[in-house]
Amino acid sequence: MSHKVLIVEDSATMRQLIGFALKRIQGVEITEAQDGMDGLKKISSDKYDLALIDINMPLLDGLKLVKLIRSDPRCKDIPIAMITTEGAREDRERALQLGANEYLTKPIQQVEVVRIARSLLGIG
Amino acid sequence: MDKPDRPDDRYSITTRAEEFLQVFKRGAEFTQELLRENERLRYRLVQLEENLREAEKAPVTGTEEELIHRIRELEDERHHLLSKFKEVEAENKDFANRYLEVEEENNNLANLYVASYQLHSTLDFREVMQIILEIVINLIGAEEFGVLLLDEKTNELRAVATEGIRKEDIPAVKLGEGRIGRAAKEGTNHFPQKIAHEGPIDPLDPMVCIPLKIKEHVIGVIAIYKLLLQKEKFTPLDLELFTLLAGHAATATFASKLYSESERKLSTIQGFIDLLTK
Repeated sequence: MSHKVLIVEDSATMRQLIGFALKRIQGVEITEAQDGMDGLKKISSDKYDLALIDINMPLLDGLKLVKLIRSDPRCKDIPIAMITTEGAREDRERALQLGANEYLTKPIQQVEVVRIARSLLGIG
Repeated sequence: MDKPDRPDDRYSITTRAEEFLQVFKRGAEFTQELLRENERLRYRLVQLEENLREAEKAPVTGTEEELIHRIRELEDERHHLLSKFKEVEAENKDFANRYLEVEEENNNLANLYVASYQLHSTLDFREVMQIILEIVINLIGAEEFGVLLLDEKTNELRAVATEGIRKEDIPAVKLGEGRIGRAAKEGTNHFPQKIAHEGPIDPLDPMVCIPLKIKEHVIGVIAIYKLLLQKEKFTPLDLELFTLLAGHAATATFASKLYSESERKLSTIQGFIDLLTK
């Protein structure tokens, strides 16, 4: 069974690092988006099982993107994990209030990415 | 004068004597019976005692011996299994610890791989600077920092890329002066044992200094002023990344600078050639 995962992140280093971790889960198919707008375009035109979205991005930031996804009937149910450099609790709460299911704090740990992705994909 | 016996009295005495005799006979018979029963029971008791003694003396039969042997075997097996279980439990704990270590090592290797892959993925100087910034933000967890390169003509270090702080806010530093200058001159990393998240930053006194070195030749310094709030301490990975950055980032920076210069020179030469040939 394949799981389509979208990584929306402006840093190529982070995209590669997250992709590296996700490849440890069998059947994961990764699509990358370089910013919020690219992410919105991709998420609206295809069906994904999970989206990992960075908060700080040019053109369209992660929080606005989550808001748009949650208001779009085509993709409103997709599980979302936010990637953030913000350590403060209020920032995490803001992301969760807007509809994110989980969050990852930078610097990220591979094992944490795998754990959250597995949980949101419903893989035991 | 004796009173003659009356016939009634005589009859009564005779009857009572006979009755007494009957009772006595029955008593005697009962006593006899009791004595016989007593004898029989004593005999039975002796018999049982004898049986018991014989049973104690008698050797255990084959089946019983086998059962006792089996019980002993099972007892031994139980002890063996218990000790094996304890061994396996200890091994399990050891495996769990090793799993965590392997996971951490895996994480470190992935980070190091990605960092070196990205650093050498381009020859564009601005892109290399951007990648160094990304690595320092995302893999080390820095919030405010700058990359300073050494100008060999003036022997000064100048900020060429920054994050969370403006380039103009970091003054040029003479080689050997201050913490940044000393790190560049000596070529050694500087990082504190304890991380402070509060208080104003001093552009000339960074928390961490990582000299960018090609072998022993220093070409610049990464100066970190503030770390992300969630970053509480430096891990062994950070130290590895510092070393990696010291080498790979320096090589990538140097190569991209050379490439940019050669590209510029090439286009100038091409311009001359075009001018001469046309």
